[in-house]
Amino acid sequence: MSIDLTLIWALLIATAVLLYVVMDGFDLGVGILFPAEVARPDRDVMVNSVAPVWDGNETWLVLGGGGLFAVFPLAYATIFPALYMPLILMLLALVFRGVAFEMRFRARTSAGEIWWDRAFSWGSFAAALLQGVCLGAIVQGIRVEGRAYAGGWWDWLTPFSVLTGVALVVGYGLLGACWLIWKTDGALQARCRNYARVLGFATLGFIGLISLMMVIQSPAFRERWLTLPNMLYAAPVPGLLALLAWRFHRALAKGEDGMPFLCALGFFLLSYAGLGISMWPMIVPPSITIWQAATHPSSQLFLLVGAAVLVPVILVYTGYVYWIFRGKVRHGEGYH
Amino acid sequence: MSDLLPSALDLARFQFAFTVVWHFLFPAFTIGLASYLAVLEGLWLWTGRGAYLDTYRYWLKIFAVAFAMGVVSGLVMSYQFGTNWSVFADKTSPVLGPLLGYEVLTAFFLEAGFLGVMLFGLGRVGPRLHFVATCFVAGGTLLSAFWILAANSWMQTPAGHAMGADGQFIPESWLAIIFNPSFPYRFAHTVTAAYLTTAMIVGAVGAWHLLRNRMNERARIMFSMAMWMAAIVAPLQLLIGDLHGVNSYHHQPTKVAAMEGHFETERRAPSILFGMPDAEAGVTRGQIAIPGFASLYLTHSLDGEVKGLKAFPKDTWPTNIPLVFWAFRIMVGLGILMIVLGMASLVLRWRDALYDTPWLHRFAVAMGPSGLIAVTAGWTVTEAGRQPFTVYGLLRTADSVAPIAAPAVAASLAAFVVVYFVVFGAGIAYLFHLFRQTPEAGEHGPPQGQPVRTAGITPAPALIAGSDTHRVEPRQAGIRP
Repeated sequence: MSIDLTLIWALLIATAVLLYVVMDGFDLGVGILFPAEVARPDRDVMVNSVAPVWDGNETWLVLGGGGLFAVFPLAYATIFPALYMPLILMLLALVFRGVAFEMRFRARTSAGEIWWDRAFSWGSFAAALLQGVCLGAIVQGIRVEGRAYAGGWWDWLTPFSVLTGVALVVGYGLLGACWLIWKTDGALQARCRNYARVLGFATLGFIGLISLMMVIQSPAFRERWLTLPNMLYAAPVPGLLALLAWRFHRALAKGEDGMPFLCALGFFLLSYAGLGISMWPMIVPPSITIWQAATHPSSQLFLLVGAAVLVPVILVYTGYVYWIFRGKVRHGEGYH
Repeated sequence: MSDLLPSALDLARFQFAFTVVWHFLFPAFTIGLASYLAVLEGLWLWTGRGAYLDTYRYWLKIFAVAFAMGVVSGLVMSYQFGTNWSVFADKTSPVLGPLLGYEVLTAFFLEAGFLGVMLFGLGRVGPRLHFVATCFVAGGTLLSAFWILAANSWMQTPAGHAMGADGQFIPESWLAIIFNPSFPYRFAHTVTAAYLTTAMIVGAVGAWHLLRNRMNERARIMFSMAMWMAAIVAPLQLLIGDLHGVNSYHHQPTKVAAMEGHFETERRAPSILFGMPDAEAGVTRGQIAIPGFASLYLTHSLDGEVKGLKAFPKDTWPTNIPLVFWAFRIMVGLGILMIVLGMASLVLRWRDALYDTPWLHRFAVAMGPSGLIAVTAGWTVTEAGRQPFTVYGLLRTADSVAPIAAPAVAASLAAFVVVYFVVFGAGIAYLFHLFRQTPEAGEHGPPQGQPVRTAGITPAPALIAGSDTHRVEPRQAGIRP
């Protein structure tokens, strides 16, 4: 039996996308929480808590996109045109937000500060919303004929994709709030606990609502989740989610620092796994599997050699940066 | 009526051209600058002369900003293959995917590791290890260029592949794909061009500060080193360019015919200096030409036969022949001016007047952007000259484009234009701000003890690296003992 390269690559790219979602998720979440925190010193602490890492977090977006082109060209060539508008707007939002992030420290007038803060917050909000919309549009399915996208340029906009967009904004907000509980203290931390409580239960509500809609709308998802014996294999996901929700509630009640963030990561991980179970083995629902989308085996192998060396190095380095900048961020500190 | 509106294809092409020209301005500068920094630091370690370290630190801040802008604009390119050229992406991915994948991996690997050390770590890792990091970054930019140019060259002179059932290009030999016929020439020509681009900018900045104070030691180092480059590498580039041209003539004859403005096949073919190619009529009007010269440099024989465009089916001619023709002349013209500058500097150096001749300094300042313009013109020649194909002779541009409606492409193009001018406009204004700073003795580098990371899609941390604020102490950066 030979090694299934395609499966390895699918797992690798899925991991890159998950790493992107949770890592950039919390720093986008910090921007999403900006409207709730208007005091300048608190905003500085919030931004400083993500300053050393946010840029590296976005690296995974590039590896995810680049990997898709290199290894699953058919997915790349059908998903990207289908999501033309939300993808391009999302990229521009990220670029704008990144510049605003730095310029808010360079603004010479308070009016300038306010505008850069707005740009940062709106950019974060827009990027999160559009990522959620993209996700919803993919889950709903992309019309493909032959080897090309066959839909229109507004197909991505549906009530479902708007729902997933809003859900991701709330979810990223939760990650941001939990990150700040971990990285800050005092009054800001206390307020973040309140945000996290509201956003946490809103996130769980959205997870439930989206799951319900998926099962109602699609017979394939229904079969995956609601028939025996599939149901038994899939059952641990909602079970674990319920357990984690309880743990999350307790962590907030007891005033723990790191645990809410871990629980929020757990929410994302389990939702992602649930999504994987629903879609497997499709990469472009409803018609293209990972094996159909995969490139030539020789191409997969050629690039895997490089990825096997370089991805671990990038991981180690990322861990090292997080280690260096561990601990609480306080007023008046920060790398600026 | 609908003929008057640009098609989705035209818009997608324009969008690609717009974003790629913006993008390449930055790597064209940083590939050379990385090597220049390695040389400066090496000279500092070797001679112990502080002025080299000062000059190094001066350019390091600029490198950080320019490099980061290259990364941001490059990210957009990697998404554009999918959004606007999905059919091309699907067909060529088995061949091009891994090449671009390696480019991305190398670039991020370097940024994640060595660039961080290079920017922020001189105080932490010691000079020798720091020098190693600088060399790795320089080597890494060349490696990045290697992969991306292998991909581009394969599109110009495809080799090492077979055709798959779905119309896909299937790899047969990776060595043949990477080292395709035009790759060695394109790599040499492009890297040399990047070195010259850097030399022109460094020379201009040095000259500008010499015009203010001709005793400034850092400005003297910059100017002198840049003029050596102009004197030695600019003539060399003429030779490499000629070899590249002959290679193109063998593999992409329609491109060279458009560059030369040759419609007819003839012996003793003239080299047309100026004229106006008219593709409709199939003639280049108002020629000023040197008889027989084109035969000499393309076939290395005065009597050699040079093929004109009419020897090929009209539907394989480049779609914009005057563009190819004139872009080529702009590139060559600027190259010749660089040689003139280099020669002038040699003469004045010989007379010991290199630092005391204001007209030479003004000439060098004027030549500052010449490398960037020449590189843009050169890429225009090679890319517009490849038309009407994306993969020369095998895949037409019209058959490569994504099925996106024209209004969507037009809207995204408008968004790109606005955002690019705002974001990169601000970035370039910031670079000019840095150029204006006088290179001082005891020049400080990027602030120490800050986040050692610039990987990502925005130029953010590098802006910090390039900033002139140095009040931050390591402890404030959150680093605990």
